[in-house]
Amino acid sequence: MSSSRLEILNDGGLRHDARRPYELRSTSFLLSTSSSSSTSSSSSTGLTPPDGSSTVTQGLTSVQVTVFGPREPRQRSLAAHDRATVAVEVGVVPWASSGSGAKRTRGDKRLQEIGAAIRQTFEPVIMTHLYPRSEIAINVQVLSADGGILPTSINATTLALIDAGISLLDYVTSISIGLHLLQPLLDLSQPEEMDLPTLVVASLPSSGKITLAQMETRLHVDRFEEMLTLGTDEEGRR
Amino acid sequence: MFSVTSIPPSSTLSFADDIPSSHRKHPAELDAMDVDEVGFEDEYGGAGPSKRTIVTPGEIITSSKEYMRGHGTYVEDVNVVSSVTGTIDRVNKLISVKPLRSRYNPEVGDLVIGRINEVGPQRWRVDANGRQDAVLMLSSVNLPGGVQRRKIESDALKMREFLAEGDLLVAEVQSLLGDGVMSLHTRSLKYGKLRNGFLITVPPQLIRRLKSHFHHIPPPCGPTGVDIILGLNGFVWVSSGTSQERREGGEGFDAEGVYSDRNDDITPEGRQAISLIANLIKLLAREGVPLTETLIGEAYTWAAKNGLGIGTLNEEVEERLLSEVVGLDITKSS
Repeated sequence: MSSSRLEILNDGGLRHDARRPYELRSTSFLLSTSSSSSTSSSSSTGLTPPDGSSTVTQGLTSVQVTVFGPREPRQRSLAAHDRATVAVEVGVVPWASSGSGAKRTRGDKRLQEIGAAIRQTFEPVIMTHLYPRSEIAINVQVLSADGGILPTSINATTLALIDAGISLLDYVTSISIGLHLLQPLLDLSQPEEMDLPTLVVASLPSSGKITLAQMETRLHVDRFEEMLTLGTDEEGRR
Repeated sequence: MFSVTSIPPSSTLSFADDIPSSHRKHPAELDAMDVDEVGFEDEYGGAGPSKRTIVTPGEIITSSKEYMRGHGTYVEDVNVVSSVTGTIDRVNKLISVKPLRSRYNPEVGDLVIGRINEVGPQRWRVDANGRQDAVLMLSSVNLPGGVQRRKIESDALKMREFLAEGDLLVAEVQSLLGDGVMSLHTRSLKYGKLRNGFLITVPPQLIRRLKSHFHHIPPPCGPTGVDIILGLNGFVWVSSGTSQERREGGEGFDAEGVYSDRNDDITPEGRQAISLIANLIKLLAREGVPLTETLIGEAYTWAAKNGLGIGTLNEEVEERLLSEVVGLDITKSS
């Protein structure tokens, strides 16, 4: 196992990619990145351009999100009479993860879980009551994966929703936090994510409310609190 | 340029900045501020661009005690908070935020272009770029053979002969139903099924409400000229020109041909003219230029003068056109 030999923090207190524990990876945020988002001649069978799109890159993880809607629901049975429904679909391109990682396909349990997490994060934040009987479709496409797919997707989804002109209570920002011994680390990369207990937090920066806290490993409750506060603080700073 | 009297320099601060700070002040002081503000508006002629700022979701705009919230905002605690990214619009005490980009927001009387999505009982469902499909009732269309006549059962059975799935039509928003669904009507000879041309989709923000949305560019542009319909929902129809009478439903109006599915024969020159106009509209829309009849006309005149006719425009020509017609400088970075 190569992962167990990875040195999370070296003697100088630096991580395997020479970051300090609280240092984030280099990020870039791009809006309206879908090629056909502004003008196109549409045909009855052709693809409709998305209403909003964005591409967010954090380190070697890159995610493109396109938002369609509010539009007429594709299945009318899904429509709610008093609010918009939010549908999230997550896909990973075949070349996204380098080497060992198992290939993920559209119906993958793991991806469905990420989709469900994104939907639950945004349902309370989107002002769905403004768009009755309609649907907001969020399409997440992971272009390259190096840890932190979920937080990157959430950040990208926020921007894509804003680009689509959909009413939100606030931005949603998200980050992953890991714990090495007693030292919390921010914005984990793939090798770190495999070795450390990981917490993903999404919050509204202006009010500090948390819309998502997701953890799959066991952790002492005191450490959890420390990580949670650290995560929300860090998000507020963005 | 102007003489500053009672207005402190801080008045040039953005609207978003100065209101909350005024809210924190003593009521008496606040009254004085209000007077100042009125003076500010009088001097600069109302809500000019200097009063406009861009806000993003979650940004506090002002206090809800003094202002009412409009579209694109919500109230949290005592603050009016923006919920979209866009420019602040203020009408007296009503604050709203207009998103930079969004779907079409219908209003009664708007002219829209839509595509039939579904034929249902006594109605068609029309995709008009809105949040939900629009509804066109059988009772709000003109049927062939007499403008005013009762719709009978046989009409309902023949609905697909009039308008089938995929057909394009131009219509007017008749009313907005309870949950924001548009109800359309085509009860005018100007409205109805579209043919002899093609559809361009542009952001709906680029089309202003004008006196007329039907435009005609006369004959040097193709043998019969080119007709343009600017739908407020961002759908633009560019088609082969028709005569004055037929456009206004006068003498030579062919009532039976209203629901025809067949395109007229269009000469190659006519097709070139249509695609040239369409390319010009696409170019203007791509650069975010609001579309008007005069602008499209000027762009065409420019194109004709410079001998453009066939094929797509290249980048150099596009740049020249934009700078000479619109006065827009797009020096491409790429």
